[in-house]
This record gives sequence, structure tokens and C-alpha cells, in this order.
Amino acid sequence: MKTLVIAEHDNASLKAATLNAVAAAGELGGDVDILVAGAGCGAAADAAAQVPGVAKVICADNAAYEHQLAENVSLLVAELGADYDNLLAPSTANGKNIMPRVAALLDVGQISDILSVESADTFTRPIYAGNVIATVQSADPKKVITVRTTAFDAVPAEGGSATVEACSAAHDAGVSQFIREEVAVSDRPELTSASVVISGGRGMQNGDNFSLLEGIADKLNAAIGASRAAVDAGFVPNDYQVGQTGKIVAPDLYIAVGISGAIQHLAGMKDSKVIVAINKDEDAPIFQVADYGLVADLFEALPELEAAI
Amino acid sequence: MKALVAVKRVVDYNVKVRAKADGTDVDLNNVKMAINPFCEIAVEEAVRLKEAGTVTEIVAVSVGESSCQEQIRTALALGADRGVHVEVEGRPEPLAIAKLLKGVVDQESPDLVIMGKQSIDGDNNQTGQMLGALTGMGQGTFASEVKIGEGAVEVIREVDGGLQTVSLTLPAIITTDLRLNEPRYASLPNIMKAKKKPLETLTPEQLSVAVQSHVTQVGVAPPPERAAGIKVEDVSQLVDKLKNEAKVI
Repeated sequence: MKTLVIAEHDNASLKAATLNAVAAAGELGGDVDILVAGAGCGAAADAAAQVPGVAKVICADNAAYEHQLAENVSLLVAELGADYDNLLAPSTANGKNIMPRVAALLDVGQISDILSVESADTFTRPIYAGNVIATVQSADPKKVITVRTTAFDAVPAEGGSATVEACSAAHDAGVSQFIREEVAVSDRPELTSASVVISGGRGMQNGDNFSLLEGIADKLNAAIGASRAAVDAGFVPNDYQVGQTGKIVAPDLYIAVGISGAIQHLAGMKDSKVIVAINKDEDAPIFQVADYGLVADLFEALPELEAAI
Repeated sequence: MKALVAVKRVVDYNVKVRAKADGTDVDLNNVKMAINPFCEIAVEEAVRLKEAGTVTEIVAVSVGESSCQEQIRTALALGADRGVHVEVEGRPEPLAIAKLLKGVVDQESPDLVIMGKQSIDGDNNQTGQMLGALTGMGQGTFASEVKIGEGAVEVIREVDGGLQTVSLTLPAIITTDLRLNEPRYASLPNIMKAKKKPLETLTPEQLSVAVQSHVTQVGVAPPPERAAGIKVEDVSQLVDKLKNEAKVI
């Protein structure tokens, strides 16, 4: 059994999501290799070589892979896939973009967003926005899988010493071009890897009021998130969104402020270790999943909370 | 310019779907069915491009049982010009749907294929990308803005860190995210007109596709319950609990 994990990285460093995917790969058993496809991505490949339990890192350093364009990277992964039984990627925007393309090139199905490995060919995954967990079995000789990162505890980032092997395969499909990226710059930790997340919903009333969350976030070193309602209302940008169609998070502490708790939001945060809900509507569904619920006006509770921590 | 829009019949997004008690499948008895919300956004985008004069013809396609003609009619009422129904029994998997859509693409030669990023039943998020691989087209997945240019389309994509803009050679595939547009409601006169619009039915055999199963559903279960906690009286009790009981701050 051989598994190839497609690394999530920004050429300079390895993203934490890769470590969750390696954990899932470990449960499949056998050798685990990592592919770092990028441009000038030697540093990310070196970081991948530090991950314990990894046999080999394949470093495909080529201009065509710089921005992870799916049209190019999928051709590379499909070619390398010949030597592997399983191809895994974290279920990030990149993983979701690339892997189905790989599966179709290999003429196999894809198993999206797995929550657990039951056996070499059987997995669980959420359907209907997480209201139902399906157990699925793959009949394909080669399995293409994306991994819900919050369902697998990350392996350590250091302690291993895998070999790094350069791969010169160059695939440029020539049908897509990167133009630009607008990445939100923030001093705060990233939503998906933060140990504390504080999110605001429609109850925040406007974007300016999100500043009430900032003081608390600063004190707790927390990331700031939002419900879909708050994003759709234009309070905050889309990359704040926690939920089935946004980011899936599972921090140690999740504080939901002015969020009613729509199914689609719960699907994105209910695996958090401790959930706090602050809402003035005591019947809000968010209280059904909260460990600690505070029925209060958030405009009074937030300044008090900031002062008390 | 011709646009092909794929639509799927799914359980209405307001329905809370549950696993059957025997764990064999989800309970879909007597539930309301509707067009997948992401597909509705895809139809709306095509209609807006037609209204802007960029697109001249919109073909709505659906793969599924005969009942999915209802969703094709919905797309026609929203502004698509004609429909194509690929009749398949049961629940075809994303790869099979992508192969059937490739058959329709070969037949129709669209300049643009617009579809939802995922359906809210299986939540697979695969079909558009798979169609991309099978046709060799570029893909603008999770699109929040689409600008058609000369021989190419610029797509702003919603990615983890923010927004990414890519340029794709036409023909290309676009999969829609939530913020691409807000779909309109079909007017009654347009619903009546849609009944007269042409709708062609095809079989997988006519498209030379063998519908195969790769991944089978062994069983379903409700997600693990999260026990409700307690209500605290005030902020100081909350802070005390978080510090001394949960020990998370």
C-alpha cells in the first residue's frame, strides 16, 4: 500500500492542512509520500521532509505549478499516481479544485471530505450539509480522496527525515492563467488553524460592530469568523465565513456572537471542543450545541467580556 | 456565444434530511424537491450574460430520472432557451454525470459551461472539475465574478485566503459560489412560456456512455449528537467557567 499526499503550501512553507491529510494517510497504512508541486518551492519541500512518518517528498518545481492551477497540477498528480494506491489531499479550496480533475483523468471516482478511515476501501463522509454521515465503499483500484482536516488530528510538523526527490515532469495544459490574488492580510491566526475563534452573525448589525470582537480576539489570540448571514449582508469579506459552504473549523474554543445557529453554520463549527454562544434570543438553535450559553445583548456582553479576560 | 448550464434536482434546501432508522439510506419520502441552489445561481449567471448581449443561447441540461424535467422547466422559466434531459435511473455518481455532460458538450459545442460548485445532497463538489478533465477545458471553480473577454473569460474565485483571479481560454467551465449573484424568481408568464420551450431527451447509449458505479453507499447514520451545555447567568460566570472548568482561556 502506497499513499501520496498532495501538500497544501505557499511555496515558502507547508500549510497545517497537510499535516491532517498525512494523519489520514497514516490510517490507511503503508508508505506515505508527499508531493510538493509549486515554483521555487524547495523550502516547502524541506518542511515536508521534516514530517514524521513520511518516506519520500517529491518536489515538482516548475513555473506551471506556481499558483496550483488545477489544469496543470492535475496532469502531474495523475502521472505520479501510477505508482500509488491512494492519492490524498486536504479538503481545502486547492484540494477541492485539483483532485476531482485527477480522479477523472484516472477514470476513478473521488471520495470527498472523508471524516474517518474504516478500512482500506471504506470511509465515512458528511452528506446533506452534515445532517447525515454516509459510510461509503470504493470499488476503484486507485483511490482519490479529499480529507476533512478537522476530523483528523494533525501529525507533528517536525521529527522526520524523509528524502527529497526532484521531479522534472512539466505539465502546462495551456488553458488557464493566474492573474492575481487578493489575500486578506491579518496579524491574527488563520481561521482554520486558530485554537480560538470568535465569530459574529447577523446580530452584529453592521461591519463596524465587528470591532467589538477584535479586542477579545487580541486578548485570546483568536481568529475572527462570521456566519453566512453576516457575509451575505456585506458586514465582512467572504473569507471570514464559517459553515458548510465556508470554512470548517474545530478550535479548542469557539465563541458564537449574535449567531442564531443555522444548520449550515453548525456544520462548520460543531466539532469545536468548547462552544460558547452569546445571543439575546434564548430559543436560538445555537444554544443546543453550546457548552456555555449566555442570553444577553451582545453590545453589553462583549465589552464586559473583553474587560474580564 | 452559447452557454450550457447544468442543473440538478435535489431536496429543497429548507428540508432537514434525516437518516432512516434502519440506516440504509436517507428518508426522502414525500419531501419537497427543487433545483439545487448553486445550479440556480448558474442559470441566473447565464441569463445575465444573455441580457448583457454576451450569450445568445442558453441550453439547460439535467441528468437524472424523468422527474428532473421539472428542474429543466424551472431553468427554462428563468430564461434558458431549450432543455436537454439525459435520462438515467437511480443516482448516477459525479464521474458518470461528468461523462454524460461531456457527451452533451460534444453535441452542443458550447463556449461556456456554467454549473453549481456542488449539490446540496451529496456535497461532492466534483462534477465541474471532472468535466474539465474529460473535455480538457479550463475551470473557474467557486466563482464569485465572471467577466467574458475576447476568446477568454476572467473568473474571480473564492479561495481559502481571499480571492484569486484566473483567465481561462474559451470554451471553459465555471462553477458557481454563493456570492456570484442573487437568482431572480420566475414570473408566471415565463413559467407558462417555459412549458412550450423545446426539451430533448437523450439516453446514455445515444451519448455512448456506460454509467458505472465507483463508490457505493454502505449505510447512513445521524451525526454524533452534541449534548447541550448550560446557560450561564452573566459574563463573570462565563469567564469563570472558561478558566476553571473548561480551562480554555
